[in-house]
Amino acid sequence: MTVLAGSGRRAEAPPARQSKRRLGRLGSRAAYAYVAPFFVVFAAFGLYPLLYTGWVSLHNVNLENLHHSSWVGFHYYVALWHNQFFWNALKNTITIGIISTVPQLCMALGLAQILNYKMRARTFFRVAMLMPYATSVVASTLIFAELFGRDYGFINWILHFFGVHHINWTNGSKWQSQTAIAAIVTWRWTGYNALIYLAGMQSIPTDQYEAAAIDGANRWQQFWLVTVPSLRPTILFTIVISTIGAMQMFAEPYLFAGDGTTNGGGQHQYQTLALFMYQQGWTNFHLGQAAATAWTMLILILVLVGVNAALARGRSGRI
Amino acid sequence: MNSKALDSTATDATVAVAAKPRRTRGRAGKQLTAGPGTYIILSLVTIVAAFPLYYTLIIASHTNYEMAQTPPPFLPNASVFHNIRLALHEQPLFKAIVNTVVVAGSITIGTVAFCTLSGFAFAKLRFRGSGVLLGLTVATIAIPPQLGVIPLFLLIAKLHWVNHLQSVVLPTLVSAFGVFFMRQFLANAVPTELLEAGWVDGASTFRIFRSIVLPIARPAMAVLGMLAFLAAWNDFFWPLIALTSRNPTVQIGLAGLGSGYIPQQAVIMAGTLLCTFPVLIVFALLGRQIVGGIMQGAVKG
Repeated sequence: MTVLAGSGRRAEAPPARQSKRRLGRLGSRAAYAYVAPFFVVFAAFGLYPLLYTGWVSLHNVNLENLHHSSWVGFHYYVALWHNQFFWNALKNTITIGIISTVPQLCMALGLAQILNYKMRARTFFRVAMLMPYATSVVASTLIFAELFGRDYGFINWILHFFGVHHINWTNGSKWQSQTAIAAIVTWRWTGYNALIYLAGMQSIPTDQYEAAAIDGANRWQQFWLVTVPSLRPTILFTIVISTIGAMQMFAEPYLFAGDGTTNGGGQHQYQTLALFMYQQGWTNFHLGQAAATAWTMLILILVLVGVNAALARGRSGRI
Repeated sequence: MNSKALDSTATDATVAVAAKPRRTRGRAGKQLTAGPGTYIILSLVTIVAAFPLYYTLIIASHTNYEMAQTPPPFLPNASVFHNIRLALHEQPLFKAIVNTVVVAGSITIGTVAFCTLSGFAFAKLRFRGSGVLLGLTVATIAIPPQLGVIPLFLLIAKLHWVNHLQSVVLPTLVSAFGVFFMRQFLANAVPTELLEAGWVDGASTFRIFRSIVLPIARPAMAVLGMLAFLAAWNDFFWPLIALTSRNPTVQIGLAGLGSGYIPQQAVIMAGTLLCTFPVLIVFALLGRQIVGGIMQGAVKG
């Protein structure tokens, strides 16, 4: 009840809940007609390909010769296990994923906190934060490849003031190039995640802050004791979405080197799983191997999402 | 309702006496007023967000030699138009833009139509298997696009659709996120009593959908449409497989520009500028609605 009295919007909740009831008497046959268009297209272009990929991963299929396929069992999965470039891609995906999402989400949380202040030009700032999100991943990667240029790139020009010279971002050490790629991801997505956190913050009832203030909590303590715990479901949501996105990262490593290859840097420094999969299928014309990689990616995503959810639940003891 | 009116007067009052950092009373701890520090941080973040796009314009208007000067140039000039012409010479970017408008437009219409229909059914109609179907839909958000591309490629190869636009449109016509988004919106926004009243008056389900649900759903449809258009405009992985540089979408044309052998960086950046500009214009005009839509989707999702 106290929650409901929190603000004007919440006070309207009871009738809204009542209207959530569904129409029982409207014929169920009609309902199928409404979901049918979605599910027909979805089955044809979503579900069927998913299962078919599993079939391809167990067969010897070649782009040149689609009709002659033979059963090879788990051959491609075993081959993956013994492929050093698969393990390299897996490691790259994980390290790029961590350095691109962890700082990003922390910054987004801080940004959301100050975007939530009462201020002038708030819409301007919110739209400005979202501009990178509207820029396509291809465009941003090409732009950042310029910014990270070794000899005349803007970032190296800034760094030379600090005595750092000519870092070879696009084709240097693993850490250098992976940091640069993480910067692209962070630039594109921080504002978006900040807006998601901001939306979550605005639905936190004010009386929780009043109670904390009465107990003598300062701004910082209120942030940690009220905001962050209340945002836990939202934070979990962004972690899951970012994890899925990181596991699928493709365009950044594909285009960052600018050489048109699918190696992800001269020494495969930033070849991700998605890029490795594309290389198997469309550079080496090895569809079975690519399909096995794709299914491995799905399993990894499910495991990672499960671990995330379990960690979040374990720490909070609820949700 | 009253408390909302009160809120907005409180808002005006707070703005009037702005720049008092320790106002924990009144709008309570949550709505702190921004101090100068906040504006400085937000301005810096805005600069970081906008600078790469501005720098694109600078590179696009200078030769490699000019960019290598110290300090590098910080103002654009008219040679950007010359470089855009050179970029159009390298890749059929105008064709790519027209193609992408067709592709993204069709995807937007299809997504909004299908997702509104099924979102309505999931939100308001009771039918066997609805829970399972909705769960299935939501679960597919976790499935990477890489899992579908091989059979899809075999399929469009069999249909001789490779390099044709419908190969990009059809697989993207539906969006699991869109169904969920519309369901969440309609479940709250459409009063069931209204639908029941329509049913008692003898209206068909479709009549109810058209005259009651659609008008209420319009704002959410607009938001979903904008998000779908943006996603379709920026999509890369599947178009890269389904199309070639002879009949590209914007992103494929750009990628071709970026990975071809073009000695002048200005040409690549001019093409990037040309292909990013339309989206940024739309974004500048509709930015407020897009921000609202993303935040709305976040709370409901």
